[in-house]
Amino acid sequence: MDDNKIKIEAKNINFYYGQMQILKNLSVNFYENQVTAFIGPSGCGKSTFIRLLNKMNELAPNSSVSGEIYLDGENILDKKTNAVKIRRKVGMVFQKPNPFSKTIFQNISYGLQLCKTPKKLIPEIVEESLKHAALWNEVKDRLHKSALELSGGQQQRLCIARCLAIKPEVILFDEPCASLDPISTSKIEELVLKLKKYYTIAIVTHNMQQAARVSDQTAFMYLGELIEFSPTKEMFVVPKEKKTQEYLSGRFG
Amino acid sequence: MKNKIIQQVSFLLIGACILITLFFLASLIYFIAKNGLPVLSWSFLTQPPKDAMSSGGVAPAIIGTFYLTLGAIIIAAPLGLACAIYLQEYCQKGTVASIIKIGVNNLAGVPSVVFGLFGLTFFVKFLGFGISILSGALTLAILILPSIISASCEALNAVPNSIREASLALGATQFQTIRKAVLPCAFGAVMTGIILSIARAAGETAPILFTAAAFYKRGYPDSIFSETMALPYHIYALMTEGTNPAKQEPIAYGCALILMLMVFIISLAAIFLRNKYRRKNG
Repeated sequence: MDDNKIKIEAKNINFYYGQMQILKNLSVNFYENQVTAFIGPSGCGKSTFIRLLNKMNELAPNSSVSGEIYLDGENILDKKTNAVKIRRKVGMVFQKPNPFSKTIFQNISYGLQLCKTPKKLIPEIVEESLKHAALWNEVKDRLHKSALELSGGQQQRLCIARCLAIKPEVILFDEPCASLDPISTSKIEELVLKLKKYYTIAIVTHNMQQAARVSDQTAFMYLGELIEFSPTKEMFVVPKEKKTQEYLSGRFG
Repeated sequence: MKNKIIQQVSFLLIGACILITLFFLASLIYFIAKNGLPVLSWSFLTQPPKDAMSSGGVAPAIIGTFYLTLGAIIIAAPLGLACAIYLQEYCQKGTVASIIKIGVNNLAGVPSVVFGLFGLTFFVKFLGFGISILSGALTLAILILPSIISASCEALNAVPNSIREASLALGATQFQTIRKAVLPCAFGAVMTGIILSIARAAGETAPILFTAAAFYKRGYPDSIFSETMALPYHIYALMTEGTNPAKQEPIAYGCALILMLMVFIISLAAIFLRNKYRRKNG
């Protein structure tokens, strides 16, 4: 595939939490308008890794990191890089739906107000974002009701809409379906497939089938190391590494 | 079978404990009301005292207590909340934070009369505010500061980290996150802490004893630098000084009743505000 354009390039990433090395010399490329899935057993560092992409892990005390992550040529890990600017370009959807205890409308306008969007434009962007997140039809009559009254799946789609509203270029999904039922999960998966037309997407998942369904590239991580990184179609049919094969066939994990 | 009996006996015991507590509360209200109600009247609330405290009203003391309490809250609430925000949100969990927290907790254990003495030496004399509403309000403010700080700390601590992450991930700075996402969540619990402090500030006697209170003052306080009458001190004075104890005692009970009602009304207003705010954000 020669038309793959690299959006994010992570090179030789090491991450330490205190004395413990969580990530060992990781290098991964994220291609534009593709979904890159991260699979691997719990604690292998998948979430830690994608949280580096929007500078979220720098909040953790006594952690240190080495390596470079280039987003359109700018090193995200550089201390001088503005976290706010990066986070507007690299949105994130978390494991548990985390809407603010505000109205549905306010949840989405929150990010817009932060980047000083003119007031007139906000209702339009709110509608557009909710439509993109496939939630508009379910909430259009109760935009000014509390977001906490929504079901878990709806809340997660609201969080996606909230993230879309500020027009990021990359979206990170950190196990977005971990707390959802199968129907909500399939809705989120459909959404991910639809969104990749416009965004570059990274998704961490425990669910190998999910990775197979939604991703173009898959990274298999084990104990902080990247064991294999290949196009999803290849990895799930003929894994190159023995470890990958063992994990995919459910021998450990 | 045996477990069932144990269960029932425990329930009975717990129920009895609640009854005993309620009994004391109810009898307190009953005795204050029984002794205080007869003197309550419109003129008692609106007139100054007459005949060396043995008749007339207690209006200056009501006004004084209102000013002192209001002043203390206006000073202590923002200060306490700011300290809590610093401790909980900005300060990395470490030695500095824990030393400050130990300090705050110790401050909470200092007897109120000690605050009174401190207020006398620092605000009244050293800063030269004199015996005044300002000195009294400041002294009361530092008295209630520790409880406002710890209540606010707990309120902030109860806000789940996922809310902070959600806000930061949307490109908010840490300060924007605190102001727009964390504080609205913590607001109700912060207000509860402040409401409890209002009751405390209104009722304390010792801190205003040397810093603000006058047994009798002609007219109403006209500036923050004038001394003032105040309900708790007025009760104390009526019961220990003066020339006509038989006439003064009912007035003291009347003051106690008014003090309780005042705290009750201020608390209700604060609770009303809190609920209104919660609905708006809910």
